[in-house]
Amino acid sequence: MNVEESTRAPKRPTWFFILWAVFSLFLLAGIVYLAWSLLNPYSFHGVVMQSPQKARDFTLTGHNGQPVSLKDYSGKIILIYFGYTTCPDVCPTTLADLHTARESLGQLGDQVQVFMVTVDPERDTQAVLADYMSHFDSSFIGLTGSPEQIAEVATYYGIYYERAEGNSTLGYLMDHTATVMAIDQDGYLRLVFPFGTAAQDIADDLNYLLER
Amino acid sequence: MSTLRSRTLIAFLLLATIVLTSCQQASGSKISASDAWGRSSPMMAQTGAMYVVIENQGNESDRLIGAASDAAKTVEVHESYMEGDMMKMRPVEGGLEIPAGGTVELKPGGYHIMLIDLVSPLEVGTKIKVTLKFEKAGDVPLEVEIREQ
Repeated sequence: MNVEESTRAPKRPTWFFILWAVFSLFLLAGIVYLAWSLLNPYSFHGVVMQSPQKARDFTLTGHNGQPVSLKDYSGKIILIYFGYTTCPDVCPTTLADLHTARESLGQLGDQVQVFMVTVDPERDTQAVLADYMSHFDSSFIGLTGSPEQIAEVATYYGIYYERAEGNSTLGYLMDHTATVMAIDQDGYLRLVFPFGTAAQDIADDLNYLLER
Repeated sequence: MSTLRSRTLIAFLLLATIVLTSCQQASGSKISASDAWGRSSPMMAQTGAMYVVIENQGNESDRLIGAASDAAKTVEVHESYMEGDMMKMRPVEGGLEIPAGGTVELKPGGYHIMLIDLVSPLEVGTKIKVTLKFEKAGDVPLEVEIREQ
């Protein structure tokens, strides 16, 4: 009898088992999370671009008359959109979404610079552009230049636009590619957002790029 | 006797009114508009846009053939649409069809009412008056709330 009792392991207190159970639960949760994130990497909402080279720099004129180059904003995410201010539907929708996306990033939003290059430099004077951009977000910058300069930048970024002589009282309208391009902090073209991408989806993608 | 007669007459008239009203509802176009809103515009902007959901509860299709507003000199029905990679915007030719029993939603990136030569900028929180003109249903006046998005 005495021998049997002595070989039995010393009795451990209940709290030891509780602690042990909690610890293993955390460990298990950690392993599951790790496995899950390895199996499901973040998938972008925007179209992912794999550019071997950095996005080509350009210099255009900002809406306050200042020269603006991409390199002035290196280290930030740059979003480029091509549009025109007489457009009352698609362009304001896009710019308002970009504003919402930037806002929802909070402090990180400061690391995002939005440019709209006008495809209608004839009607979009610097003053009109300045007014238009500040209506959506005081940090947004409108860019203009000579028709040749704008065409060169647009061509490089795969943007098409052309004047359409319609029968609207407005006069001519502009047909244009309405995508938003995102250049990452290292200067590579990373994402393209088609028209209609939800502001929150854009924000999620930008957040991922900013926090990596 | 005379009270009975007049009661019968009133009953008959009431019945006739109900029957006639329901006939009118069933035939032709019956347009109703809801959720009208316009987007606020930059100070110097010449143009603005408004959106609305149009429902036709009648049994005949109708067409939105135009619009007028106290907020703009000209009002046109436009459509934004993608053609390949290009985003285009054009006035809707021949009016926008609102099919019998159908609903057409005017929304960003699609059909919209374009306000051209704004009298003054469209400011958030204000309301503008817009009258939609239909081929059959005639004028449908709207109060349009101006919002940011």
